[in-house]
Amino acid sequence: MLHIVNKSPFERNSLETCLSLAMDNSTILLIEDAVYAAMQGGKFSDKMASAAEQCSVYVLAPDLQARGMPDEKIISGIKTVDYSGFVDLVADNKNVQSWL
Amino acid sequence: MTDEAMMDDEMDGEEGVIKKFLYVNRKAPYGTIYALESLEVVLIATAFDQDVSLVFIDDGVYQLIKGQNTEGIGVKNFSPTYRALEMYDVEKLYVSKDSMAERGLTEDDLIVPVEVLDNDQMKTLMEEQDVILSF
Amino acid sequence: MKFAIQVNEGPYQHQSADTAYQFTKAVLEKGHEVFRVFFYHDGVNNGTRLGIPPQDDRNITKQWTALAEEYDLDLVVCVAAAQRRGLLDENEARRAGKDADNIADKFRISGLGQLIEAGIQADRLVVFGD
Repeated sequence: MLHIVNKSPFERNSLETCLSLAMDNSTILLIEDAVYAAMQGGKFSDKMASAAEQCSVYVLAPDLQARGMPDEKIISGIKTVDYSGFVDLVADNKNVQSWL
Repeated sequence: MTDEAMMDDEMDGEEGVIKKFLYVNRKAPYGTIYALESLEVVLIATAFDQDVSLVFIDDGVYQLIKGQNTEGIGVKNFSPTYRALEMYDVEKLYVSKDSMAERGLTEDDLIVPVEVLDNDQMKTLMEEQDVILSF
Repeated sequence: MKFAIQVNEGPYQHQSADTAYQFTKAVLEKGHEVFRVFFYHDGVNNGTRLGIPPQDDRNITKQWTALAEEYDLDLVVCVAAAQRRGLLDENEARRAGKDADNIADKFRISGLGQLIEAGIQADRLVVFGD
């Protein structure tokens, strides 16, 4: 299953709820303001690092770049995808939940 | 694509197949229109004879609170509609145990009978859906 | 593979309107099929032809229209959500006694059943919103 999160974890609880309800081995994609959750050194970084061990965590590169978030500061284990990769993630998973 | 995903896709393509539709409600009523317009989708969807479930997570549980009175805000109180869902054979209403507990709510506070799911049960429910509409 | 897209937010206000467009474009460019794009909530406002964004900005409505022309996309605006928000086609305007309509090329107004049908017919439905 693919979980899509688009909210900054500093503003809303979507990501936290998603993490509490995502099965191990599921896939999580961070887009829009949720890309901030992929960065090192923040209050959610440890949580995201361990999430990246249980699940496959991706972040949408164009959204990172738009927000000036450098690749080298992405939490280890989190992979970047472009829109084409986003489409592949949707196709490769049986179902999709958007945590609006 | 994985084989499993391909097989599911072929099955979905068959005529007359009934898909599992899940409506995920995570927003409180009145503050925004999402709860009301989500309910409108659910009502229309009843005409399609699909396998429908509704879950209420996070502030979505507030949609089901008893005793809503909207006279003072000039907005229609749509909470009685949740009670009418049963007549349309929408009977699978689930609430998150954690979300209820965090907000100090119990089933007695709710306008309709629901099934309370812990996180593991909620995960299983979500995983088995075909289409997830989130509001 | 057959995709369906739901767009819940209006243009310019929330990035999800742009994300939905970029995603749909990527789906089509990869050779997948898009069964339908369904506009709901404030998402119906993506379908107005009366928006005048600044010249150096993107025109989200025109982007959708162009994509629909290129790929023969079905862009459906929910009638109930559209009526609330004043998004009308010629028929709706006439029926409601309004003096104008404002729907953009290639968009059409239809019922919520179109969303459910998209969920049934498509292999994947992806929701974009706030």
